Amino acid sequence: MTIPPKTSRRDFMKVAAAATGGLFLGFNWAGAATEPMTLLSSGAPSPADINFNSYLSIAPDGVITIFSPNPELGQNIKTSFPMIVAEELDADWSKVKVIQAALDTKRFERQLTGGSGAIPHSWERLRKAGATARQMLMEAAAKKWNTSASSLTTSDSMVIHPDGKKLSYGELATEAATLTVPSDVKLKDRKNFKLIGKAINNVDNKDIITGKPIFGLDFYREGMLYAMIQRPSGFGMKIKSVDAAAAKAMPGIVDVIPYKNNVAILGKSTWQVMKARKVLKVEYEAESQIESTEDHDKLFKELLDKGEATVRRKDGDVDAAFKGAAKVVKSEYQCPFLPHAPLEPMNFFAHVKEEGVELIGPCQLPDNARNDVAKALGIAPEKITLELTRLGGGFGRRLKSDFVVEAAEVSSLAKAPVKLIWSREDDMTGGSYRPAVRYRFEAALDKDNNLIGYKLRGVGINAGNCTREDNFPSGAVDNLLIESVEHKSPITTGAWRAPITNFLAYAEQSFIDEVAMAANMDPVQFRLNLLDRAKQKPVGAIKYDIDRMKAVIQLAAEKSNWGKNKSLSQGFSVYFSHRSYVAQVAEIEMKKGVPELKKIIAAADCGIVVNLSGAYQQVRGGVVDGLGHAMYSRLTFKDGAADQKNFNSYRLIRMKEVPEIDVHFVDNGIDPTGLGEPALPPTGGAVANAFFKATGKRLRNQPFILQDEMKGVKLEEKM
Amino acid sequence: MANYKLNINGKTYEADVDADTPLLWVLRDNFGLLGAKYGCGIGQCGACTVHLGGTAVRSCSLPVSAIGTKKVVTIEGLSINGDHPVQLAWEEKDVAQCGYCQAGQIMSAAALLSKNPKPSEDQIQSAMNGNICRCGTYHRIREAVLLASNKIK
Repeated sequence: MTIPPKTSRRDFMKVAAAATGGLFLGFNWAGAATEPMTLLSSGAPSPADINFNSYLSIAPDGVITIFSPNPELGQNIKTSFPMIVAEELDADWSKVKVIQAALDTKRFERQLTGGSGAIPHSWERLRKAGATARQMLMEAAAKKWNTSASSLTTSDSMVIHPDGKKLSYGELATEAATLTVPSDVKLKDRKNFKLIGKAINNVDNKDIITGKPIFGLDFYREGMLYAMIQRPSGFGMKIKSVDAAAAKAMPGIVDVIPYKNNVAILGKSTWQVMKARKVLKVEYEAESQIESTEDHDKLFKELLDKGEATVRRKDGDVDAAFKGAAKVVKSEYQCPFLPHAPLEPMNFFAHVKEEGVELIGPCQLPDNARNDVAKALGIAPEKITLELTRLGGGFGRRLKSDFVVEAAEVSSLAKAPVKLIWSREDDMTGGSYRPAVRYRFEAALDKDNNLIGYKLRGVGINAGNCTREDNFPSGAVDNLLIESVEHKSPITTGAWRAPITNFLAYAEQSFIDEVAMAANMDPVQFRLNLLDRAKQKPVGAIKYDIDRMKAVIQLAAEKSNWGKNKSLSQGFSVYFSHRSYVAQVAEIEMKKGVPELKKIIAAADCGIVVNLSGAYQQVRGGVVDGLGHAMYSRLTFKDGAADQKNFNSYRLIRMKEVPEIDVHFVDNGIDPTGLGEPALPPTGGAVANAFFKATGKRLRNQPFILQDEMKGVKLEEKM
Repeated sequence: MANYKLNINGKTYEADVDADTPLLWVLRDNFGLLGAKYGCGIGQCGACTVHLGGTAVRSCSLPVSAIGTKKVVTIEGLSINGDHPVQLAWEEKDVAQCGYCQAGQIMSAAALLSKNPKPSEDQIQSAMNGNICRCGTYHRIREAVLLASNKIK
């Protein structure tokens, strides 16, 4: 881990100016109640601020500015990152100002949102950034007081002398910033944390609740054109001909530009562009195979039986184990395609000029977006600046930069600043979906009900490796075979919150429940026994931490009074994803023969919790996400086109459908291991297992609401 | 195109737009009032919720020509300093994750409480069920509506 080099104030201002491309102009019409969006260019610290490192500067009035480099999409990073810096700095949190940094690969490492990795990767770096500045402030105070820095303490942005006199960070900043940056600083003992572990409110709350323009779709630049793109009608289709005459003649339309396999419509307002799009005449033709959901259902069965599989993991002799088995359990699980459906549709601002390209908007991988634009336009990445707005959700969709490249291409063609907007229909039909997958599981039990063989074969559509071969129960079974088959389709797929595990966990944890039932074992005890076995006699590589997994299982069992309330049907599930562990218990109560989902209890181990408020909601939100999609959502295809095009036919979970959710954290003091995704995967399995306990019926396909097992069953709408 | 004079947040705004232009896009593109959000365009997600004559409406599906002299209130006009009881409750409960849906959620909640200051949990759920939160902050939304209800004496 290296500390970013100390830049001089002057260098820093150069960096800031280069990153923003000059003055930002906002709305200029009379009567507009809204201030322009606060970007780095307008929200940067005043020149009086003293810069300490990439992350923080301190003004003489004591205001501390902390830059948050990673894209904020609701994971609360814009609050949690600065908390970590402020903790080690011993800053007065009420005087901390947070600014979203523009893309700057020289100043920041891993400036992205994905893989639940921001805090685990930056934890030490952020702490050192705060601790280093604190040390320098203490040394500056020591000089003034003619004493040694080690005799001083700090609190609330003050350096304190043993005799009680104080100097504020603001008073010390100018002097402190001239001192040599210490190469080795002592970090706080966890027991002295004042901010970390507390519930700290989102730093953008005020802007959010007053409707300030902070999202990409809110960005406005005087003179910009609004643009939408008509794309091919389905996957495997291409545009055959375009008649743009009627669209071009519509009011407010500036141009209609066919390019590549797209038609760009540019105009003076969003609605005018949307209207013109309706009269644009486009004919399409097939360019490759055209697929429907019906074809996929047949394909899954064929490929499960005889598809060419890639062996992902093989332990022992599976054939022999199954031959000698006293009992064999076998079942299949299937999950549909899903769009990400963040509530803010894809959009980006681009201004391609001779001297360079300006990009402003919401994306999860800004560095990739810049490089992709550079490639598409044939220019050097150094000529491109990218500023981040807040993201109205991402869920993995904004890891791709297709919409950023589109904005730049259209700006380049139109020779104008352009804000590219996707409609909801574009978002639903535009691809990059969670892949559809079907799994076949088989388990062999010996006469004493020991699990002696385990097979998993997954078939995915553009899913790559749809297994996680080294995850539980691998390592706990002597004879094991995990393989995957991939069908290549024109339907595009991408990472979707907790990629692969968002459906694999449901399938696997449901199947483990089936095996526990076949073995006449309590499902919690069954899992604990397997983990004990993996600990005592590990088979092959084990890439999960057995003790951490056991601890979340035990915590969830304890908090749910597992098995003790006979009027409740409880279902259990546990999963390791990314770097963290989450166990969940779903509780269904039968009311007059109708199962009612009452509660989900979640126990999470993400290491040290940075922000209790954010973390608690991150787990609850993950559970709601996992429940909603397992229960209600699917995307189907007819002749290469998505059937569900908006929220009238594509169902997302709503308030009435959400049960009570309790959240508990394991307190083990290890460095943070991430929480953006890990709470989602276990939910589907916990609910399906509770449903089985309540009704004796297995939910082997998602969405649950459409399964035969749910016929005549009403999951009551209850909070 | 026709000229429309609208009473929004107590001020008069004017726009030359087509009669079928949804209020949402007039607010956003013509008046620079960007608090109401575009989520679906068909009145299904509630991100665009504003008040029309005191009632919560989906501005994405409301043509500008249908408004007439009725008063429009957007999130920007809900309070002067962001201190409407609903806004304060949202802040106190730390409701938002990504935040995109929250202006619409707040407008739905404020309309509910203006008509029914002490709603039951069922009434809250019915009033709020048209607003989707993709991040899943529903528990805190419900808690914040209850808190706001307590703040309104």
